[in-house]
Amino acid sequence: MDDQQLLTGWGRTAASLATVKSVGVEQLAELDVGARGAIARGLGRAYGDPAQNGGGIVIRIKPSANPVWIDSRAGTATVDAGVSFDELLRRIVPHGFFVPVTPGTRFITVGGAIASDVHGKGHHTDLTFGHHVRSLDIVLADGTEHTVGPTAEPDLFWATVGGMGLTGVITRATFDLLRIETNRCLVETQRLADLDALIAAMSDGDADHRYSVAWIDLATKGPTLGRSILERGDHATLDDLAEYAPKALRDPLGFAPGSLASVPPVPNVMSRLAVRTFNELWFRKAPKQHLGTQTLTGFFHPLDAIGDWNRFYGARGFLQYQFVVPFEAADTLREIVERVVANGNASVISVLKRFGAESGGLLSFPKPGWTLTFDVAAGVPGLGSFLAELDQLVVGAGGRHYLAKDAHTTPDIIRAGYPRLDDWKTIRRSVDPHGRWASDQARRLDLL
Amino acid sequence: MNNAIHQPQTIVVLGGGSEIARAIVVALDSASLRTVVLGCRNTGTADVEGLAAQLGGASVTARHFDAIDHGGHVDWVAAVVADHGDIDIVIQAFGQLGADAADDPLAAANLVDVNFAGAVSSGLAVANQLRKQGHGVLVSLSSVAGVRTRASNFVYGSTKAGLDAFTTGLGHALHGSGARVLTVRPGMVRTSMTEGMQEAPFTVDADEVAAATVNGLRKKKAVVWAPAKLQGVFGLLRVAPNAVWRKLDT
Repeated sequence: MDDQQLLTGWGRTAASLATVKSVGVEQLAELDVGARGAIARGLGRAYGDPAQNGGGIVIRIKPSANPVWIDSRAGTATVDAGVSFDELLRRIVPHGFFVPVTPGTRFITVGGAIASDVHGKGHHTDLTFGHHVRSLDIVLADGTEHTVGPTAEPDLFWATVGGMGLTGVITRATFDLLRIETNRCLVETQRLADLDALIAAMSDGDADHRYSVAWIDLATKGPTLGRSILERGDHATLDDLAEYAPKALRDPLGFAPGSLASVPPVPNVMSRLAVRTFNELWFRKAPKQHLGTQTLTGFFHPLDAIGDWNRFYGARGFLQYQFVVPFEAADTLREIVERVVANGNASVISVLKRFGAESGGLLSFPKPGWTLTFDVAAGVPGLGSFLAELDQLVVGAGGRHYLAKDAHTTPDIIRAGYPRLDDWKTIRRSVDPHGRWASDQARRLDLL
Repeated sequence: MNNAIHQPQTIVVLGGGSEIARAIVVALDSASLRTVVLGCRNTGTADVEGLAAQLGGASVTARHFDAIDHGGHVDWVAAVVADHGDIDIVIQAFGQLGADAADDPLAAANLVDVNFAGAVSSGLAVANQLRKQGHGVLVSLSSVAGVRTRASNFVYGSTKAGLDAFTTGLGHALHGSGARVLTVRPGMVRTSMTEGMQEAPFTVDADEVAAATVNGLRKKKAVVWAPAKLQGVFGLLRVAPNAVWRKLDT
């Protein structure tokens, strides 16, 4: 089935028209991709243009008859690439399993999680999703299907993990699951007065918890610059429930998250005043210090409760800017925080996190250091030159940008941030010499 | 590919000598801009170095382009794409004033050939390419002279009226294709083309037209006026009685 569709990423910017083909895995080899190539698209949660292919083909893979297979003895899952984390979690949580890594939304696919090599609140202990993949099936440009992993064709595997779908179409993957006793996390919440306090607190105590993330206010100037709410936690045990949430013991592994509401198409409501007010309330409602349980969705996927929340930014959409700088470049982090606050256009609840080691993916984003994420409305005048300055600061400090979020940067900035880009290109070209796979992002950033 | 904040990587100018087009290119310059192609009838007169010096590092090249080579426009666009890849923004800026056109039927027909027929054939050639890419913007320089034609330049005005009807219609035709058209309606602009002419009210510099254009691109508008006030002014002038309109044209 063919369908012409105007596609954007989650940021709703830079739309392009593609022919969307819904095909089964067995049809991939024969698929005619024309002159402009094809790219697989999952749930379209990358913020920019990696799952767009203007004038070309965008592939949606039809699910197979048996999309999820759990080996509970080994603690692994073998899953179709098109299966969402939402669907997967609904199946595995009641059996006492969790995904090894989840980003801030469960509306992503397994294929997308590998192609973007996603990370979550546990990166400092668990690294990326790709780190937990034992093997994956990929259909290459020549139509052959390969099963690759850290030991089988490792070069192709590590080019595919974080490779933005440009090495081939990932069709299935086997990865480790995490055993959990309950559907809750035991979370320690701490309010911190400013950026220095936050950096000190995170540098000190992250290692004691599986998960750690800070919500940082980038909209408020003055002495409280960088005030934050630090949340650190672990999966709650049954004993934890007995102590902190005894009612939850009635159904300790139930998992049926609902949606509170969906956002209709609205104009941009993220005015400076609205953002400042929201952040003020957010900060004040947080306890100074608190230990308690949160549901899995409340802790990992709070925004998933609001459908289409990207519509809050109106028709012109928004960008999510995310970068990492090495720990030794904390001064650069500080300078960027100061500039973003002075610029005054960052939106609600920005996120600061400490990353652990690299996963091995040649284009994987995380590396040891500080990662900061903030949203900004795309229609802000002068945004281009402001972000270009930040880009230079980031790469100047030995940092880089997340391809799954990027929607604005340049080939030079990506090249500067990813020293193994040429190795990746060599592998990519060896498996796709005629450019069967392509995306708007790949053309924009010279990745092919 | 235009990025999320409407910064192009590749700009093609049809009528590369146009000061307004050059001002637009400069206003669109960013770290993302890589390639500017100036399509000129006489490539020798294109100030390639001058423009390159005003830009942060994009490569600027001149390429022979003739607005009246209607049959050659499809191949011309294809050749540009073969050399430079996808085109993000095309600025259609060629045009002549045709000072003697009112008295010379052949000169008038030639003016139509350049300003209107040339815009139609090159505009369609560009539109076909943008459709193939699934993205891109055609920026076309219209004029308030076409909104209501006046005795003193009605042949020029009629060519712009035709162009304006064409580009706005093309915009509708491209709706949903990923490609867009931005029709720019400046009033009188201080350039070498208008040098020595008596200044009309609301006369602007090329930079102001460029700023309005960039703003229109950012807001995904179909039409921008430069200055913006002219929209209201012409809202009235369009319906002014003929006697009043003639009196204003002095």
